Amino acid sequence: MIRKTWAIAKKNIRIYYLKGPVLIFGILFPTFLFLAFAIGRNVPAESLVPGLIGMALFFTASATTPAILPFETRTRTLERLLVAPLTLSTLIGGDVLSALLYGLFLSAIPLAISFGVLGAAFAQPAALVAAILLSSLCYALMGTLLSSPPTDEPSSIMTLSNLVRLPLIFFSGVFVPVAQMPQWGQWLSRISPLTYTTELLRAGIGQEVQIGAWSCAVALVGFSAAFWLIALSLHRRNMSRRLAL
Amino acid sequence: MSPVIEVEGLTMRYGARLAVDHVSFEVSAGEVFGFLGPNGAGKTTTQRMLPGVLPPSEGRAMVLGRNMVSNPVAAKAAIGVVPEIANPYLDMTGWQNMSLAGELYGMPKARIRSRTEELLRQFELWGRRDDLAKRYSKGMKQRLILAMSLIHEPRMLFLDEPTAGLDVESRRMIHGQVKDRAARGTTVFYTTHNIEEANVLCDRVGIICKGKLVALDTPEALKSTLASSQSVEVAFDEAVDLVALEVFEEVTHGEKHGDKLRLYTATPGELIQHVVSFAQERDVEILSVNTLGPSLEEVFLSLSSGERSDQSDDGGRS
Repeated sequence: MIRKTWAIAKKNIRIYYLKGPVLIFGILFPTFLFLAFAIGRNVPAESLVPGLIGMALFFTASATTPAILPFETRTRTLERLLVAPLTLSTLIGGDVLSALLYGLFLSAIPLAISFGVLGAAFAQPAALVAAILLSSLCYALMGTLLSSPPTDEPSSIMTLSNLVRLPLIFFSGVFVPVAQMPQWGQWLSRISPLTYTTELLRAGIGQEVQIGAWSCAVALVGFSAAFWLIALSLHRRNMSRRLAL
Repeated sequence: MSPVIEVEGLTMRYGARLAVDHVSFEVSAGEVFGFLGPNGAGKTTTQRMLPGVLPPSEGRAMVLGRNMVSNPVAAKAAIGVVPEIANPYLDMTGWQNMSLAGELYGMPKARIRSRTEELLRQFELWGRRDDLAKRYSKGMKQRLILAMSLIHEPRMLFLDEPTAGLDVESRRMIHGQVKDRAARGTTVFYTTHNIEEANVLCDRVGIICKGKLVALDTPEALKSTLASSQSVEVAFDEAVDLVALEVFEEVTHGEKHGDKLRLYTATPGELIQHVVSFAQERDVEILSVNTLGPSLEEVFLSLSSGERSDQSDDGGRS
């Protein structure tokens, strides 16, 4: 099963990492969004770090999975995968693995900027590692869930994906730490997985946090499990409609 | 021969529409089974349910002794499938597509390499193995898809319209491969709307119409069900009026086809004797005489329309 999952992930890496929608919504869009927030404002450099890394993880890891199934439906390659001796978990697992690696690989850039240029400190390395790994997994799975509507139009899924992702960044402690948000904002922030990423990252670099590191890790695991189970169920239900497109 | 495909009451509903309506049949080991039907008859839906791609709404499908509804993964490892509309990955080379197929079947790396080389050579793609599949012609892509489906040496092949829209060379190559695999004992489930293809390749054919299996037999047995479509086609060395031959009581009707006269009859043997006597009496020479049976196409049209067709534009030689 691991070999088959890796075979699918390898195929995705070859084909989808450089697709236009993945590059635009996974890299360019969050980069310019972050620059628009950071440039020209009197914000201390170290307070930008959790937002920078968090946004990178959030957008990159959730960028590839929404594109894969609509592309496979459109290019008529999906049925070849479905006739192979794979379970749906293996098939979706391969997509998740490739998205997870994409998130990990690309988050290395903001990590290097944060620690090399912005002078962030490794206060709790375990929390940092957990934040990066668990968040990449969580957003890769979120992307899989977003790709469940049966369509052969990647742009439709990317639009849906942005409709969900964009509002989340405004109440997840990316631009303003959760502790400094109004009460209603703090309540709202608890339903966003991105909140737990930024809080865990803050813990990792030794900043003040509102939610403990363990709670953040458990929340990210919980979101991941929920995304996985719901995504599998929806994909199973929608696969025949997808084939009929 | 023991059945390797056992289908019982297979049904697929899309909402209120019955796409496949309680279809039942068996396919024996080593058989080339043709699955025929007009567009929208339920062929592809059936073809997708058998290898476990689509779960049926009702019924049972056993392939190689495995239940394709409850345990499809194990049987999928022993079958090869060419879906109706399927592409290789266009942004990957022929070699990479083959490797991916092998990896999905859990084959060891060395075996994938040797099988890839063997199949790419067999399908005349070896010289283009490092080209992206997007640079292949339609025929080459289809050959690559077939090669991918064969990489794990399946005991059974499901082919859905594998030659649709292909050039003659690719079509012949695919037909050759099907015959070759069948000769080596591979069971082939061949879905097509090309009747002549089924006639030439298949041991038995099933005809599906509006979701129901309306016929299941050998091509010749199906043709014999339309006895009244038999005819005698005769050519003389000089012009003979069709009406002069239509007077024989065995003739139901006649048609002129170029320099030949085609006389439809249920008793071609007796009619030939009359025609020979006629030629002797009129002192005309018979240049050729052939008996024509109904074509599989006529059977198909007859079953599709629910009526028997007594007329034919092109009969098969019998």
